[in-house]
Amino acid sequence: MVLAVQDPSEGADPRQELRSRAEIDRSCQGPVTLFVASAVAWLLFGSLLAMAASIKLHSPGFLSHHAWLTFGRVRPAHLNTVIYGWAAMVGIAAMLWLQTRLSRVTLVFPRLLTAIAWLWNLAVAAGTVAILAGHGTGVEWIEFPVPVALALALLFGAVGLVSFYTFARRPPGHIYVTQWYLFGAILWFPYLYLMAQLMIHLGGATGVVQGSANWWFAHNVLGLFLTPIGVGAVYYLIPKVIGRPIHSYYLSLLGFWSLALFYNWAGTHHLVGGPLPAWLISVGIVGSVMMFIPVTAVAINHHLTMVGHFHMLRTSPTLRFVVFGGMSYTLVSFQGSLQALRGVNEISHFTHYTVAHAHLGVYAFYSMVMFGAVYYMLPRMTGREWSSARLIRIHFWGSALGIALYWGGLTWGGWLQGRMMNDAAIPFLDIVRFTIPFLWSRSFAGVLMTIGHVAFAVLVWRMLAGAREPARAPGPTLLGRPRGEREINPAEAQ
Amino acid sequence: MNRTALLYAGIIFTVIISSIGLVFIPEYQLFRLEPVEAADGNLYPQPRTEFEEAGRRVYIAMGCVYCHSQQVRPEHFGADIDRGWGTRRSVARDYLYDQPHQLGTMRTGPDLVNIGSRQSDDNWHYQHLYDPELTSPGSTMPKFPFLFEKRTLEPGREPPFNAIRMPPGVLAENEYLLPTTDAQQLVAYLKSMRHDYAVPEAQP
Ligand code: HEC
Repeated sequence: MVLAVQDPSEGADPRQELRSRAEIDRSCQGPVTLFVASAVAWLLFGSLLAMAASIKLHSPGFLSHHAWLTFGRVRPAHLNTVIYGWAAMVGIAAMLWLQTRLSRVTLVFPRLLTAIAWLWNLAVAAGTVAILAGHGTGVEWIEFPVPVALALALLFGAVGLVSFYTFARRPPGHIYVTQWYLFGAILWFPYLYLMAQLMIHLGGATGVVQGSANWWFAHNVLGLFLTPIGVGAVYYLIPKVIGRPIHSYYLSLLGFWSLALFYNWAGTHHLVGGPLPAWLISVGIVGSVMMFIPVTAVAINHHLTMVGHFHMLRTSPTLRFVVFGGMSYTLVSFQGSLQALRGVNEISHFTHYTVAHAHLGVYAFYSMVMFGAVYYMLPRMTGREWSSARLIRIHFWGSALGIALYWGGLTWGGWLQGRMMNDAAIPFLDIVRFTIPFLWSRSFAGVLMTIGHVAFAVLVWRMLAGAREPARAPGPTLLGRPRGEREINPAEAQ
Repeated sequence: MNRTALLYAGIIFTVIISSIGLVFIPEYQLFRLEPVEAADGNLYPQPRTEFEEAGRRVYIAMGCVYCHSQQVRPEHFGADIDRGWGTRRSVARDYLYDQPHQLGTMRTGPDLVNIGSRQSDDNWHYQHLYDPELTSPGSTMPKFPFLFEKRTLEPGREPPFNAIRMPPGVLAENEYLLPTTDAQQLVAYLKSMRHDYAVPEAQP
């Protein structure tokens, strides 16, 4: 059997296993923590850019006197730093670590990976400066100048080779479902990115076909790059934390292959009503609706795995973030399928509703899962525990309430904005004024999320800065007392 | 073929097929599109001049696309035509000379694909870009003051002919405003934007 329901490292002599797992984790320490730390730095920087862009939309006078801080640059700079800085780098970290764990071998080529991490940072920094200086390409999701994009594709290809090599060195055994998703991300992304460059910036496609190539690519960055890493991580982390295998082999299989088949085709739903051949748009709509299959399969599978263990959400930071992310995946995908329908799209297209939807995907799903993954990985790599349960709680609630408010405000406001826009009797400036309170709610939500990110950054900083000290807390940092454990009498504890 | 190779092959196959479907086939279908001859004997869409094309690069560098789309949706789908954003839906042929595309996905501001036929007054555009609230009170469009040069007037002199006419009170008594080359190119581009000619696919 190719696909295993159980993590292959499970089941051998337990003491033996623990030792080798610890060894594997330690081998990841250098490069993987560098990827995580860089990702967190980009997250903070991306949050700053997000706040600037958000405030500008309701208070256009804010920082409006320099070309490099104009909305039309700050906004793409935000997108590219959070996608190629935060999301990609934390994703690579998770990918590398998951691959070593699941292949039961230590990390290979650590120095090469460290070099890749630095070069990646350099490329994202160069691309971001280029956007702020006015040299962005003006094509959504591929704003980085071509040389930067080619460098990123190459570096990602190198990470992929390392991952394959790790996998090739593994002792014989099953391939766990997470690995399927990792291979997906590794093989899909370079093709997508290179093809998008070729078709859009290097003259491969004419006129509106660039639009199709644009959204084939941009939608798949989420669907075929971030989603597989995120879903793959959920498949690994939930069973690990609750100590129980994934519910169903067949659902895992169905979920993976239907995603591979349908997500690819969904991108053109970003062009409904646009000047493209009607069949092309219809294909995108069909692909989007078919996404009900993989999403339902994954949702059922994860839910049935979790059943009976929901009480652990109170205590385990990893589980709390990961389950929040997993549930958001279901929500965002169902919303996405509906949004592709012509009747819905007629209203939601061109409004803040879409912006809310995008953040539900990249933030409420992907980023939350990655937060959870970091909370699981780092202590094992550094041999230290998280320094403060309160900061973890601040992070969780800042992020969770922030994204809930973000999504709620812009979904509601965006929907009404779309309805008003489709009524020609309403003057455009009335709509502009109408959306302002909703845009304020987004800025407020952004503050909450940023507070969460700062708490997260402090935690990561403390853990890495202290990594050389031998200190190790007596047990994992939990958010509450696990069920069934006796309350510790403060007097007794002293 | 073993199972792992099958997995890789499946992954690669799915994405290649989708790029063929969503990118290569449409390209094959559309790359032969040509301009059409209109009743006035001209070919449409018309290629942009160097100057207008430079303006398009300013449009891209300023990120206008993040608030403005460039496409008119068909009748009975949205209210694009009723809002006066165009007289017919946009078709693929209209975009023959667009590199890179700026179709856009957001309408924080109105669609601009026919702004040339709606607003052909340079001075209006300059005022609007300098401070959108001058022409459109309540606008949330950013100001673009860096596209202009503020000059001081020597006592007793008149502002030059190309100074921008401003409502009173915006500038000091002895100041006048000139558009930079970037601003002139941008406005030339805006004025060139129109999808109002007849094409076989859609009539105005
Ligand atoms: C933050 C969003 C935003 C950005 C960025 C933006 N605009 Fe606007 N734009 C608006 C809004 C809102 C309106 C409607 C109110 C008004 O007329 O100012 C508008 C209106 C316009 C109009 C008038 C349209 C009409 O139908 O009367 C033009 C022309 C225009 N913008 C051009 C531009 C150009 C050129 C750029 C880039 C240099 C740009 N805009 C960038 C938001 C934006």
